[in-house]
Amino acid sequence: MSESAPSTADTRRLAEEARTRVRFEEEALELSDQVYRVARRFVGSKEEAEDLVQQTYERAFRSWRQFTPGTNLRAWLLRILTNLNIDRGRRQQRSPQTTSLDTEAGDYFLYNALESQGPDENPDEDRVLERLSQDSIVDALADVPHDFRDVIVLVDIGEFSYADAAQILDIPIGTVMSRLHRGRRILKKNLADEVVNS
Amino acid sequence: MIDWCEKCEEMMQPFLDGALSPDEVQAAERHLEGCSWCAKRYRFEERLRHYVRVATAEPMSPGLKARLAALRTPL
Repeated sequence: MSESAPSTADTRRLAEEARTRVRFEEEALELSDQVYRVARRFVGSKEEAEDLVQQTYERAFRSWRQFTPGTNLRAWLLRILTNLNIDRGRRQQRSPQTTSLDTEAGDYFLYNALESQGPDENPDEDRVLERLSQDSIVDALADVPHDFRDVIVLVDIGEFSYADAAQILDIPIGTVMSRLHRGRRILKKNLADEVVNS
Repeated sequence: MIDWCEKCEEMMQPFLDGALSPDEVQAAERHLEGCSWCAKRYRFEERLRHYVRVATAEPMSPGLKARLAALRTPL
């Protein structure tokens, strides 16, 4: 029995595996800007976000065999990132209590508040939006309790589907929808409060 | 009319998410055509969502990009 045949097959298999791995790493790196964008809003500082993204890629590259080709790589990376974020003790962080007052104001609340603050009688919606600064958006989002913020970050900023967000956060899709709905209202309430108090 | 505006406010998020049934979409659109007050608030919400996405985007530092690239398996 010749030994060259299996060794050629082994070599071919190893070469194929190396190619798959390189392709996986390249594809994962192409998504890094999008992964960072989400990470940056999951945590409080740029440094934390950078650490989190680096750890995510270290873990992803170590466990690349667990990724099923053809499935959503971006969601897979975000799932790793979310788990790492939880491991870092995020669960212990105090999340400000929300009251029903935060969300019962309704969805027109921010617009109505902004409109009544301005000098014009009947401004168009672009004029009204200009009353919100970029910083006020960032601050108002950071003040949304993290359970709600995570969903807003994934769906409204990361542009993930409800189903992907549910998978990434390991929560039912109905919970994604209700947290998104409430979270957006809390965000708008925060924005209205900032504008009124400024 | 007021009742319809309240209903329209309730439907805004699922409407913009594309999560309403065709009948509900039609009902909302019929109201929005005749109610500039609600239509304005819908347009504002659409623009606000876009603004939130743009305002919170922060580019990754070149340093991190280089560190990630260095994690690749050497060829």
